[in-house]
Amino acid sequence: MNQTTNSEQTQKAARIPTITPPANVRQTSEGTYVLEVEMPGVAKDKVEVAVEGSELTIVGTRTYPEVSGVALHREIRLGEFRRTFEMDAAIDTSRIKANMDNGLLRVELPLAEAVKPRRIEVQD
Amino acid sequence: MKLIRYTEPETFWSPFDRLVSLREEFDRLLEPTLGAFLRRGTFNDWNPALDVHEEKDQIVVIAELPGMKKEDIEISLHNGLLSISGERKEEKAVGDGQSRRQERFFGRFSRTITLPALIDAAKVTATYKDGLLTVNLPKTEEAKPKQIAVQAE
Repeated sequence: MNQTTNSEQTQKAARIPTITPPANVRQTSEGTYVLEVEMPGVAKDKVEVAVEGSELTIVGTRTYPEVSGVALHREIRLGEFRRTFEMDAAIDTSRIKANMDNGLLRVELPLAEAVKPRRIEVQD
Repeated sequence: MKLIRYTEPETFWSPFDRLVSLREEFDRLLEPTLGAFLRRGTFNDWNPALDVHEEKDQIVVIAELPGMKKEDIEISLHNGLLSISGERKEEKAVGDGQSRRQERFFGRFSRTITLPALIDAAKVTATYKDGLLTVNLPKTEEAKPKQIAVQAE
């Protein structure tokens, strides 16, 4: 019967609030997808970009500045940023690049060479 | 025979707890479609989230401003009001393609708060790191809490 109590507790501990960060997705004329995800308070080494099958998962752990005293007003939601994107099958997952700049994560997802739009010269 | 072991009340089943978790589930359900809308209030308005803390000798204001340039943030102090404003510009270098999803806001924003204590304007400092703006506003001497010792007769 202890089992039930324990699982209740684990469930409770695992319930870290998750924040879905706003994102922009753009596709350049070359076909490369550019993904921008807003994660204020997340340092470069606190963000994880993982590819699993056709899913791209982004997880960011935020660091809140050290403050003492009383919080008079709070709007910033504390928790973990997490979002999963379904990727286009044409993306070359081995060439995905990511960089973090002032709380904005930018991921570049280029298409595989084989599927890039190509112009074929007409020969005589 | 006891079927369930007694546990401390806070880890015990509470209907309120279930309600909170239900609410969280509901929020999570709405988040992908309505999240950005609910957070912003309107589609064309950007009100960055802001926290205010009061420490013993200073007020600390923290604002969420991801993906900005330090130069584009303006902070002003006037008559006990603190204003944080600025403009976030959309990067033009990648503007040649087609937009597939647009949830981020670009353009001007402004937020003003009434400071809860008298501030020494000359000593105000601000730092911008990882998309968070932290403004430290030291209190004036008069506004700091003081201990008054009781004199013995």
